[in-house]
Amino acid sequence: MRTDAAATVAEDQLKTSTDRILSELEGLEGPLLPILHALQAEFGFVPQQAVPLISDRLNLGRAEVAGVISFYHDFRAAPAGRRVIRVCRAEACQSMGGTDLAQRLQDKLGIGWGETTPDGSVTLEAVYCLGLCACAPAVQVDGDLLGRADMDRIETILEGAAQ
Amino acid sequence: MKIYLPRDAAAKALGAESIAAAIQAEATQRGIDITLVRTGTRGMIWLEPLVEVEIDGIRHGFGPMLESDVPALFDDLAAHPRALGPVDELDWMKRQTRLTFARCGVIDPLSLDDYRAHGGLTGLRRALDMTGQQIVDEVKTSGLRGRGGAGFPTGIKWQTVHDADAPQKYIVCNADEGDSGTFADRMIMEGDPFTLIEGMAIAGLGVGATRGYVYLRSEYPDAIAVMTRAVDIARAAGVLGADVLGSGRAFDMEIRTGAGAYVCGEETSLLNSLEGKRGVVRAKPPLPALEGFLGRPTVVNNVISLATVPVIFEKGAQYYADFGLGRSRGTVTLQIAGNVKRGGLFETAFGITLDEAVNDLGGGTATGRPVMAVQVGGPLGAYLPVSKFDAPLGYEELDAKGGLLGHAGLVVFDDQADMLQMARFAMEFCAIESCGKCTPCRIGAVRGVETIDRIAQGDGAAIELLTDLCETMKEGSLCALGGFTPFPVMSALTHFPDAFARQKEAAE
Ligand SMILES: Cc1cc2nc3c(=O)[nH]c(=O)nc-3n(C[C@H](O)[C@H](O)[C@H](O)COP(=O)(O)O)c2cc1C
Ligand code: FES
Repeated sequence: MRTDAAATVAEDQLKTSTDRILSELEGLEGPLLPILHALQAEFGFVPQQAVPLISDRLNLGRAEVAGVISFYHDFRAAPAGRRVIRVCRAEACQSMGGTDLAQRLQDKLGIGWGETTPDGSVTLEAVYCLGLCACAPAVQVDGDLLGRADMDRIETILEGAAQ
Repeated sequence: MKIYLPRDAAAKALGAESIAAAIQAEATQRGIDITLVRTGTRGMIWLEPLVEVEIDGIRHGFGPMLESDVPALFDDLAAHPRALGPVDELDWMKRQTRLTFARCGVIDPLSLDDYRAHGGLTGLRRALDMTGQQIVDEVKTSGLRGRGGAGFPTGIKWQTVHDADAPQKYIVCNADEGDSGTFADRMIMEGDPFTLIEGMAIAGLGVGATRGYVYLRSEYPDAIAVMTRAVDIARAAGVLGADVLGSGRAFDMEIRTGAGAYVCGEETSLLNSLEGKRGVVRAKPPLPALEGFLGRPTVVNNVISLATVPVIFEKGAQYYADFGLGRSRGTVTLQIAGNVKRGGLFETAFGITLDEAVNDLGGGTATGRPVMAVQVGGPLGAYLPVSKFDAPLGYEELDAKGGLLGHAGLVVFDDQADMLQMARFAMEFCAIESCGKCTPCRIGAVRGVETIDRIAQGDGAAIELLTDLCETMKEGSLCALGGFTPFPVMSALTHFPDAFARQKEAAE
């Protein structure tokens, strides 16, 4: 999990949503990951306040639920910026200048991996392979995938959405 | 006018969506009636977005397409600047033996009719007339070995689960595909999802499992969407469910999403994750085949292993086994990636050499500089120098050269690559992704990064330390994450000593 300061949501909203998600998914074999994904889809992060609700319903210790959340890179403790840029750091992308591209992005945005710009506009994340290794380097801007990515194309996408 | 265009993530990443929109717009403007079929990719990623137009029943390729090339698709096609001719006649296609990927890029991935028309479900129908033991025997005869990394004989794994006595057994498909340089799993899930579903159903019939799960990495949203939809379609059509193709036998499955942990590709860590636990590695034994998901007998197989099962049952085990080299039977789905002119997926009988794959098929580097190294088999695989390019690709053959075939990804590097940095990255990656359960991996990888940094600063004595550390990690790690990270590191050190020595001179 990311290490940003934990965020919270309004109690009643949290309870309604979490109850609904739990009722929907608790019957699955191994329901915890689907529940955490659903919470993150709902709130943009996994609120810590949901931990007691989940552990009570699934009959798990709170520490166990918290331990699962913290194990996985995907789950956030606070919302991401308005745009999320994920840059592949893995080998195939490195072979095509991915490291340099990542550096230029960090310099331009003034942030490092896992950080969000102070105005909350962009979060920058490292990812290890997007399966686009035959058209490296690969970048993902929100839902858009970019193969043979370069600064120009990333900026075009960012600007396109700002308009 | 019938036009085909991939919806594969790589095609999209290279602009397929804007080409699709431009085609629709141009057709509307000209008042031409078109059918635009979105397919998977043929695997010629350097030609994406690759548009195909059917002319007299033959599909002609045009690519790589720019938006500005779209209007000409509605003029004299022979004069189109991106015309490639009939796609099946292209060198890259003609030289392949497409068994697992026969339909990928050809059909509409979510059309069960298309799937059936191209041989789909023939294997499952045949399996439904066989006993569990006959199914397992057929897989043994095919010689199929796990495509996820270790190359374990699939039939033997299935036998163990078949023989286990339990009220519930499971088929778990490992779709975590975290290795850099690999995308075959993604490609087939996006381009021919029913193949995987059919393979899992046959596995279920073989071992007596009625439930299956695909553990699919969250980095693949397109594959998740296609697979989820395909499972719904298959269930609605009676391919999945309580009465598979009217046989009275049950098999159903679900798609589960990973959460961004490389180690969850390791099968026991995957099972923990699927159960909703931290993705830490379990000690073996017990084998997952005996005590797997929720403690029940479980087949854990890679996507390509399972997606190859239908063609084995369609064409017969011997047909499949007749391809290959030595103990590597059938076809290997090579993924040619990284700094390479022509990157993509190439399915061929085992035995093709690294040289042919990289230099002939791949056409050398994208940058035009000399090829220096290829990392085979993902982040836990060795860097092989050009002097080892005569190695035929087969499990044992590559092992003899100090390499690891793994999931058959080839990542090409040109002579500008900094091999010390690549070794450092291997350690860094292991440190980031370690599940933390065993010390050699968790602590060793962190020490590894520090030690390589010392070498980079000119401390030549640290090389011996690094070698010792690699030995410790190899010997003492619980799984291949810590146990195999030494391969890329030591291969870089052994084959490219200058990269480690030059640093020393720089410091002196
Ligand atoms: C760190 C690590 C990561 C792995 N990642 C994957 C993976 O992403 N996909 C996969 O199929 N196998 C992966 N494996 C191999 C699996 O543990 C297991 O051998 C495989 O899923 C068995 O299926 P197969 O016999 O069909 O290859 C990984 C192993 C290790 C040690
Ligand atoms: S290594 Fe970057 S997309 Fe695979």
